[in-house]
Amino acid sequence: MAVAARTRSTLAATGRAAADPGIEAPWFARIPTGVWLVGAVLLTMPAYANNFVLFQVFGWSFILGIIALSLMFLAGYGGMVSLIQMTVAGLAGYMVAILGPSGTEQISLGLSWWIYLPVALAVATLFGTLVGTLAVRTEGIYTIMITLAIASAFFYFTRQNYTIFNGYNGFTLVRPPDLFGVDWRQPVPFYYLSLACAALCYAAVVYVARAPFGLALQGIRDNARRMAALGYNVTAHRILAYGFASVLAAVGGVLLVWQNGQIAPGTAGIPAVIDILVIAVVGGLRRPIGPFIGALIYVVLSSFAPDILTAFGLEPDRFKLIVGLGFLAAVFFSPDGVLGLWDRWQARRARRPDPLTGKVP
Amino acid sequence: MTGFVQRRPIATLAIAVVVAFFAWLVLAPWPPAVTEVMGPKRVFLSAILSGVTLGALYFLVASGFTLIFGLMRNVNLAHGSLYLLGGYIGFEVADRTGSWLLAFPIVFVITALIGIVLQYVVFRRMEGEELRQTLVTIGLSIVLADLMLAIWGGRSYQILTPDFLSGPMELPLVTAVRPNGDFVYLRYPRVRIWILAAAIVLGIAMWLVINRTRIGMLIRAGVDDREMLAASGLPVQAVFVAVFAFGAGLAGIAGIVGGTFQSLSPGEDTRFLLASLVVVIVGGMGSITGAALGALIVGLTEQIGLTYAPTYSVVFTFLLMAAVLAFRPQGLMGRRL
Repeated sequence: MAVAARTRSTLAATGRAAADPGIEAPWFARIPTGVWLVGAVLLTMPAYANNFVLFQVFGWSFILGIIALSLMFLAGYGGMVSLIQMTVAGLAGYMVAILGPSGTEQISLGLSWWIYLPVALAVATLFGTLVGTLAVRTEGIYTIMITLAIASAFFYFTRQNYTIFNGYNGFTLVRPPDLFGVDWRQPVPFYYLSLACAALCYAAVVYVARAPFGLALQGIRDNARRMAALGYNVTAHRILAYGFASVLAAVGGVLLVWQNGQIAPGTAGIPAVIDILVIAVVGGLRRPIGPFIGALIYVVLSSFAPDILTAFGLEPDRFKLIVGLGFLAAVFFSPDGVLGLWDRWQARRARRPDPLTGKVP
Repeated sequence: MTGFVQRRPIATLAIAVVVAFFAWLVLAPWPPAVTEVMGPKRVFLSAILSGVTLGALYFLVASGFTLIFGLMRNVNLAHGSLYLLGGYIGFEVADRTGSWLLAFPIVFVITALIGIVLQYVVFRRMEGEELRQTLVTIGLSIVLADLMLAIWGGRSYQILTPDFLSGPMELPLVTAVRPNGDFVYLRYPRVRIWILAAAIVLGIAMWLVINRTRIGMLIRAGVDDREMLAASGLPVQAVFVAVFAFGAGLAGIAGIVGGTFQSLSPGEDTRFLLASLVVVIVGGMGSITGAALGALIVGLTEQIGLTYAPTYSVVFTFLLMAAVLAFRPQGLMGRRL
């Protein structure tokens, strides 16, 4: 509801600005200061962060953030909580490993990057769209159950199939291509690569959310019947949303296999599928920045959980317990995730009486 | 039943032919031509029986799941965790007291109590917020899985079959004919046959309770229209708690059964959660008959697939689910959404 209200107010604001052509500022001036600051910090990060932080913490956060962003797009704008996104990413990663070069030479075809990259993205997108076509026949919790069932089927299938997916072992030594003479698996190039992809995906989601398609999708989320009565094809919009989200997830999957250097059934296993949901929900499903915040929290927790746990006198391998409890707390106390907490804090600050006049705004 | 025959005469005929052919395959000794195509009859029969007994286990897990869903509209994604927890507790009880039967009431009571706590602490607070309930149960299943890993470790456990159920038994099913004209009968683990019988008895009892008693009437009324039932001044919350406790207890008991004829290890919780999901999607939400039918079909598909095409057995289950979704989204026995 709040998103709808906000969208409406932005719409009203832009409408007013458009009515008065002299006032409208250029697009770059309308970007808030916070975005410039975060952008500047992220761009200059290699100057003051070590390789572990660049590659493991930020690289991984961007990748998980992209995959969770695809879930956020479906859930936040489309009202469809799909657990298939990690599987789509996994399939894209598998395609890269199968079509491109890898350590498993009897299966990998070793094609060059300009063939396997588009094919991997296309196959994963097609798969995600097909699953979406099935999933949109259902609503609400049914969607969760069906996508979870398909995701598990994919996991068990990759684990059992040795002719294409190389079963339990998966693929190792999957390396990104040496484009422009750069080894993209080095921390700094990979950092910028994942940052660029994350920024592109983020921008794409922000753009699509305000484009006619995104607005129609949000309308369908709020009241599918009314939108159908207005002449919108509800099913087509939903399937298209799955298609778009699949592209994002596929990009994340390709980056994921390059970062890990390997892919195995566990990459898209059920815990990984649930992790993506946890990340998106903890970050917040209302705005596209949420998944990235959630991913950063998740990665920092998982990287430093052993140290934190030993500091509290617990066993270091109880990391999942912390994640689960954190997730429970988030769902119990702030259903909108960290972003919801931030919004509430802002709202409370806005309601506070002015310190000079004592007036309540 | 007669209504279906009158409405769909051709479909009825097709189903009858398939059933008759199936019955012939199971009962008659196979002529050599059939053996050439399908392999020995013994393999086929054990695949069928494994499928049916696995279906019985799936039914135990999924019937609680589908009842809870049908009545309260909440998807308890921690149902698989209750199954695994029941199995582990059953293993401890059976191991310490040496009595396999004693494990059943103890596990039923413990998991039912957990179910009551879940209903009071989680679901009652978020009535009507389906997505949030689902998310909370996902979080619970993560926490429970990790706690169980901390207590019981990553190794796999098997509950010992009690003496009176161990060993094979001979079934009146002919697998082959000896040259001297004697029939060779199928030998099959006794425990599985007994579990199948118990599941059938339980299924019929549940059907009777739901369709023939006052409590069952309350539950059916709740499935149809919860608000109206509450407005009529009936104790809806008590029914909810009872059904939740019963469903959770069934999942715990299924854990003992699963631990006896399969094994218990981390990851089994998600496996059985997935199985329940597929069973209720195929069978139809909230229907006991649907759960039975779905469990039977899913169990058979899995085991026949495992016997004749091991690599693709998971895909068969998945294809089955996709086909049901594509042609009958509400499930075989479900009502139109």
